[in-house]
Amino acid sequence: MDAAVETRELTRRFGALTAVDALTLRIERGEVFGLLGPNGSGKTTTIRMLCGLLEPSSGSALVTGIDVTVAPEQVKQRIGYMAQRVGAYEDLTVAENLTFYAGIYGLRGDMMRTRVGEVVAFLSLGDRLGQLAAQLSGGWKQRLGLACALVHRPGLLFLDEPTAGVDPAARRRFWHTIHDLAASGTTVLVTTHYMDEAAQCGRLGMMSRGHLIALGTPDEVAAQVGGRTLEDAFVVLQQRDEQ
Amino acid sequence: MMSRFWPMFRKEFIQMRRDRLTFAMMVGIPVIQLLVFGYAIQTDVRNLPTVVLDQSRTPTSRDLIAAFQNTGNFRVIAHVDGRPELDAAIARGDAQAGIIVPYDYPRDLARGTTATVQVIVDAADPLSSQAALNAAAGVAQARNLSILSRAADRSIPIEARVRPRYNPGLRSPNYIVPGLVGVILTMTLVLITAMAIVRERERGTLEQLIVTPITKTELMLGKITPYVGVGLLQMTAVLILGRFVFDVPITGNILLLYGVSLIFIIASLAFGLLVSTLVRTQQQAIQASFGFMLPNILLSGFMFPRQAMPEIAQWLGLLMPLTYFLKVVRGILLKGVGLEALWQEVLILAAFAVVLIVASVRRFRKTLD
Repeated sequence: MDAAVETRELTRRFGALTAVDALTLRIERGEVFGLLGPNGSGKTTTIRMLCGLLEPSSGSALVTGIDVTVAPEQVKQRIGYMAQRVGAYEDLTVAENLTFYAGIYGLRGDMMRTRVGEVVAFLSLGDRLGQLAAQLSGGWKQRLGLACALVHRPGLLFLDEPTAGVDPAARRRFWHTIHDLAASGTTVLVTTHYMDEAAQCGRLGMMSRGHLIALGTPDEVAAQVGGRTLEDAFVVLQQRDEQ
Repeated sequence: MMSRFWPMFRKEFIQMRRDRLTFAMMVGIPVIQLLVFGYAIQTDVRNLPTVVLDQSRTPTSRDLIAAFQNTGNFRVIAHVDGRPELDAAIARGDAQAGIIVPYDYPRDLARGTTATVQVIVDAADPLSSQAALNAAAGVAQARNLSILSRAADRSIPIEARVRPRYNPGLRSPNYIVPGLVGVILTMTLVLITAMAIVRERERGTLEQLIVTPITKTELMLGKITPYVGVGLLQMTAVLILGRFVFDVPITGNILLLYGVSLIFIIASLAFGLLVSTLVRTQQQAIQASFGFMLPNILLSGFMFPRQAMPEIAQWLGLLMPLTYFLKVVRGILLKGVGLEALWQEVLILAAFAVVLIVASVRRFRKTLD
């Protein structure tokens, strides 16, 4: 079976800067894979290339078995994506946002109502359907963003720093949701700054200056620097890389 | 095919309706513009404030001054006693014309030598001074003819009879209001759509939108279609007000007018969309729209006749959809002509619409580079 994501020497340059440098990575179906790294290490650029939002400068990337540089639109139907800045429309209600994204993903009639109903139940948005997105707090807005990205039931979900600016309780609930998704077979690729979130991933890739500096389960990564905490591993490995 | 057009259309429509202020402006601004332009733009200059220095003070001179007033171009606001006073009134701007009838006027007239009357015009404003000059020359000419034909004991040899067709009253609103339909549509529609994509880019929703499988064509058409309705609404408001407030006739086929307007509206929206793909911020979009608007208003023949422009300006005017639309609106409303006279303009407008839509779809990239 194809991997969910498989990149080979994936590279992206912005002028003189190499944001992602020959990244080779394989993510299996059903994994919760975390990309960890400081700002500017290339996490967002990687995700954007995998979603077809940025063209790679060189290298290749198969996403759900499809070459994203050849058929980005086919990839887009199969993935869900949630950026750091939630893409829901502030001047639409929760229900209108969901109906819009369901329609854009080609859902119609009964099928649309069923899927919207499912995602509303899954994320407990039932009481908020009539509210404008602008009136939602950070945590609820983030849930709405996730609902918009899930309404077409993608097999692969990209989350780019999904919990930035969300309170701790909402963050915890959010990670429960992610584990529920993974249990139902959805592959999740998530970027984060937070070590406690990184520890919840099945596998981790640590990035620095556009390439991987560590790869494995949280325990394996920690073991690379003598079994200390993930945070220690992160700091030590990054310093080593920059020398 | 095009299955994602409707969700996009519905979303744009809801957003448009929900933004009350913008929506009110889209309908309110045309009405205000129509009233302002319709009343203010008067190219037929009348009632120039005039001061009179009548040195002879005779029935003959008063008769002449009355003839000047009867043209309707001069409105006597004061009689003065000396030349300095007259000059001062014009310099201050109290008067825009001065009429001086010298002492010798009645004597010269009676003797059969040439009697002179002096008309001084404030030519800082060429439009009004032109009207005054023509009127003054007309008064003299009419008098000359009647005196000469009486002396020669025969009727005047030649008379040119000019019949102003299509706008017999030579009324400015008949010319300005149909043009305003085009100007208002250009102004509001280009601006609205110029903001359309840039706004989503600035708010961060564009990224979420282009990560979906929506096609570029579905996205573009879904964005502009709700505003076609706005354009038709604006146009209807202007036509109704033009008819009932400014007495502008609707001579031709109104359905044809709506049909051609639809093409023009689509072309305007598509132009705005193209702007939207070229700029990065809403501010740039506004600047670009206004940069487009001014040459449109000046060169299209909305205010100034294109025939009077230097050749290069006429050529530039041909690059603007408004130029063709003005011919069509004026043709249909004032002359009552149909497709047989206007098909070329209609074809050109359609070509504009198609080319602009294709160009903006091609310009638009579903990536973040």
